[in-house]
Amino acid sequence: MQRTGKEVALWSIALTLVLLYALIPVILIISLSLKKPADIGDGKFLPQSVSFDNYDNVFSTDTFNSALRNSIGIALIATVISIALAALAAYAITRLEFTGKALILTGALAIAMFPPISIVGSLFDLWRRIGLFDTWLGLIIPYMTFSLPLAIYTLSAFFREIPWDLDKAAQVDRATPWQAFTKVMVPLAAPGVFTAAILVFIFAWNDFLFATVLTSTDASRTVPAALAFFTGASQFTDPTGAIAAAAVVVTIPIIIMVLIFQRRIVAGLTAGAVKG
Amino acid sequence: MEAAAPPAPAAAHVGRRRKAPLTGRAREERRLGWMLCAPAVIAMVVVTGYPIVYAIILSLQRYDLRFPADKEFVGLDNYKTVLQSSTWWDDVWNTVIITVVSVALELTIGMLIALVMHRAIFGRGPVRTAVLIPYGIITVVSAFAWRYAFDAGPGFVTHLLNLNPPPLTTRSGSFVVIILSEVWKTTPFMALLLLAGLALIPEELHRAARVDGASAVQRFFRITLPLMKPAILVALLFRTLDAFRVFDSVFIMTRGANNTESVSILGYNTLINRVNLGLGSAVSVLIFLCVILIAAFFVKALGTGASPTGGRA
Repeated sequence: MQRTGKEVALWSIALTLVLLYALIPVILIISLSLKKPADIGDGKFLPQSVSFDNYDNVFSTDTFNSALRNSIGIALIATVISIALAALAAYAITRLEFTGKALILTGALAIAMFPPISIVGSLFDLWRRIGLFDTWLGLIIPYMTFSLPLAIYTLSAFFREIPWDLDKAAQVDRATPWQAFTKVMVPLAAPGVFTAAILVFIFAWNDFLFATVLTSTDASRTVPAALAFFTGASQFTDPTGAIAAAAVVVTIPIIIMVLIFQRRIVAGLTAGAVKG
Repeated sequence: MEAAAPPAPAAAHVGRRRKAPLTGRAREERRLGWMLCAPAVIAMVVVTGYPIVYAIILSLQRYDLRFPADKEFVGLDNYKTVLQSSTWWDDVWNTVIITVVSVALELTIGMLIALVMHRAIFGRGPVRTAVLIPYGIITVVSAFAWRYAFDAGPGFVTHLLNLNPPPLTTRSGSFVVIILSEVWKTTPFMALLLLAGLALIPEELHRAARVDGASAVQRFFRITLPLMKPAILVALLFRTLDAFRVFDSVFIMTRGANNTESVSILGYNTLINRVNLGLGSAVSVLIFLCVILIAAFFVKALGTGASPTGGRA
């Protein structure tokens, strides 16, 4: 394809627009977080003078520190369990012949469409009765479950890419299906597993509905819920600057992760669609 | 919740059945298959199936946590109360507005971004990175960013455009900001799904059409769009269902003020703030039925729409 000057100019404009689209809200909240608390309401795009007071404020409260701890812990544990269960299922779905496979895939698809709001009331009542309300486990269980379809479909798509012959070679060498799984598949599947884990982690990290309904204190409240109920260092402080700073703190790691793993994330999000 | 939507199911492995009597190895394989799937299947059935059944049972009872002694079976009374209230229908309407407008915008902008990424002669990497940023950001954070841009106090857009009254104090203004936040956050997902669909269209078709003198616009509407119909419908299905249960953005922006309450917010308020589990569960079950209806509609469209173009490799 030839590159004429006009084409290059047009593409430059299009690319700039896309970049602006993606970055403006992020820049906006970073800029807000760097304003002096007194300047929060000045309505200017850029801070008049850069200050880290908002960051000091947000880290000086227990609410945010414990929310950060809860978010990381709950999302990590939910991811590990979800990926472990999904990897077993995805191996069976891509490598083994058995009746009921289509049913499992359809069921997983149905769970992906399931509206969480329809069960939060039940879970709220059940968790209160059995002591799971406001605990880590109370959030890990729904996160693990609702991320299973995503994990199963992503992992299945990756597992399908792995060469059949190696599996067969293992069988020729008298490996049982279980040995073929642990000795041949697991090392080959590691990159796909890692990608699925990133997607599941982002899913659990992002959730707000379960986090607001099933928690009530710093014991298990995660970042999204803590942000929504954040009131500032004292009840007379406007929380805007602190919320902006907290938002930046939880956004930067995700942006770095996205920058490092962008190829994998794109592959993971679209893997199944291309094969479909 | 956007991340919950996995891509289309792969039908490749369905329907390959063994007719011969099962050999020892095949029987072993079937047992292992079920054993490996069992933990995931059990988790999904127990954590969604049991609570939805419980929600249906609760919805048939008068059950207000403030008056637990009054708990009793009332049949369909809760459903009658919900369906006869104007709040429910207002909220359905609000939810439909948010869903239809944001999904339509997402499809349009997502397609534009997908085309830019597909045809990019340079800079594909930076664009892909950039569009993944909204995907990775917490919905609540995105909602705060947009709220602070349009708020009365810190709202830089409000000051810049001298908007009076501030958008978040009016119904239409609130809708605009809620939809902006939703669209910004979820368009990348749409763009990536559409990009995957674009990559499947054989380049020769475009070249042939160009030789025949078809313009870029004609090629888009006559070649690209029809061939992408299945990919578009799958993306639309997941985004529509996701948008219909919109909760985070509305909660952060207005908590349902200015008559912007969505059905999920109504369910939340009834269940959690008013702790009326009976009435709230009726709302929950009705939302569940709405989602089934939407899904059935798309699956039907997909079934009839996919066949004429389904011959692609």
